[in-house]
Amino acid sequence: MSKQIYFDHNATTPVDGEVFQAMKPFLTEQWGNPSSIHWAGRGPHKAIDEARDQICEFLGCSSVELVITSSGSEGDNLAIKGVAYAKKKKGNHIITTKVEHPAVLNPCKFLEREGFKVTYLGVDKDGMLDLDELRSAITPETTLITTMFANNETGVVFPIKEIGAIAREHKITFHTDAVQSAGKIPINVADLNVDLLSISGHKLYGPKGVGALFVKRGVRIVPLIHGGHHERNRRGGTENVAGIVGLAKACEVAMRDMAGESARVAKLRDRLEKGLLEGIPALRINGKRDSRIPNTANVAFDFVEGESLLLSMDMLGIAAASGSACTSGSLESSHVLNAMGVKAELTHGSVRFSLGRSNTEEEVDYLIKEMPSIVERIRGMSPLWDTKAQKGIELDFD
Amino acid sequence: MYSEKVMDHFTNPRNVGEMDDANGVGTVGNPACGDIMKLSIKVDDNDVIKEVKFKTFGCGAAIATSSMVTELVKGKKLSEAGDISNNTVSDALDGLPAVKMHCSNLAADALQAAIDDYKKKKEAK
Ligand SMILES: Cc1ncc(COP(=O)(O)O)c(C=O)c1O
Repeated sequence: MSKQIYFDHNATTPVDGEVFQAMKPFLTEQWGNPSSIHWAGRGPHKAIDEARDQICEFLGCSSVELVITSSGSEGDNLAIKGVAYAKKKKGNHIITTKVEHPAVLNPCKFLEREGFKVTYLGVDKDGMLDLDELRSAITPETTLITTMFANNETGVVFPIKEIGAIAREHKITFHTDAVQSAGKIPINVADLNVDLLSISGHKLYGPKGVGALFVKRGVRIVPLIHGGHHERNRRGGTENVAGIVGLAKACEVAMRDMAGESARVAKLRDRLEKGLLEGIPALRINGKRDSRIPNTANVAFDFVEGESLLLSMDMLGIAAASGSACTSGSLESSHVLNAMGVKAELTHGSVRFSLGRSNTEEEVDYLIKEMPSIVERIRGMSPLWDTKAQKGIELDFD
Repeated sequence: MYSEKVMDHFTNPRNVGEMDDANGVGTVGNPACGDIMKLSIKVDDNDVIKEVKFKTFGCGAAIATSSMVTELVKGKKLSEAGDISNNTVSDALDGLPAVKMHCSNLAADALQAAIDDYKKKKEAK
């Protein structure tokens, strides 16, 4: 493969060079346990103290409000189960949305099996939440609202501050999964009315296997991992020193570079969408275009199946993701696009392009140049597409 | 994840298209599952499949199995073609990933539907 073009930054990002350099000593000579009082522990201890401060600066919180986790998934689980159990005596109702990541949906489903009640709010055709619907879903039993900040498939950004205000008004704890917004748009928990917020290292050019959960002072959570005194008794386990240092450096780089980088990436994303829309018929953009993170384009290629597109793109070295059942491993097409009311056959043909630091205008232009013939070839094989008329065919069969 | 044969049939699919003079057409699948296959056959007076074409909406496996089934049946008698199962097709492709075995492996079903259609039309004459 000659070219390698990566348009899948919402899946994961490469570890930034500065991040790797910062981590290296803690995988080599600084191997001590940060809890040890002797010489071997002192370096690592100091390093994670400083790293925590850095992560807190990124989130806008104080260091007592930070719990280091192993991932975004763990942060979501800890927030949701942790609050649900801690507030069990107060009530048993949770509100979330249909478009959450499985790391939120599945803890909610688990809690339903445990006797909790969960309301899954729908979204409109642009993937946007209706705040009135949220208000009317609240009951005296509601203890937790959890809604994502930015959607991993469409990039749609929910009005977190407004949701948080509603939660505050009703004294309901509010968690947001900010895994896809961290590093792409500014996050400051002090401005957002959130009580808990989770992020993940590997989505912002940090290492895999580390994340953080902000837990506002005064908010009680039941731990998932009972163990030592780590993380103020909220998560047992000797600290992943290199990972924490890496996450901190990733936060530092993101804070330093975000403004310029997000504007650059947004321009590339808009160029990509414009180029594809102009070059290919029967194509739409999924998701509310004026309320998205800057890097994500979810494009519906009608009458083709997404995996076929991804395979063809991969042959040219272009990496992206699809909402097709065939690429989800579950045989179900995207629950996000389904919730938006996208017709089933069209959810299969949606491709997510998620841009990032490595991408250039040349790469976007290469995609724009190559994509029409790929789509044309796959549509040419499709019984749902009339090549001559360049439009869809209604198939009639049993 | 796909075998070389699958990738070969996906990249260079055989017998794509439709025929104006097909005498048997079968369409199977479901858009909600993301797989639809339309198979057209032209059967001569000796019950031999002379021509076969496919059109498929689906993943790499769906396209490759469609292409493979057209190769397997071309020139075969209807009675022989009737013995081709979905497993015959996936075996001929050196296997498919487990998750694809029941969703995208429907080429033989489309063939059966086309043969049934041919027989029905013949009886109606
Ligand atoms: C919105 C969202 N939440 C949570 C996660 C899970 O994060 P992690 O891979 O760190 O467990 C992801 C990653 O795919 C995500 O996109």
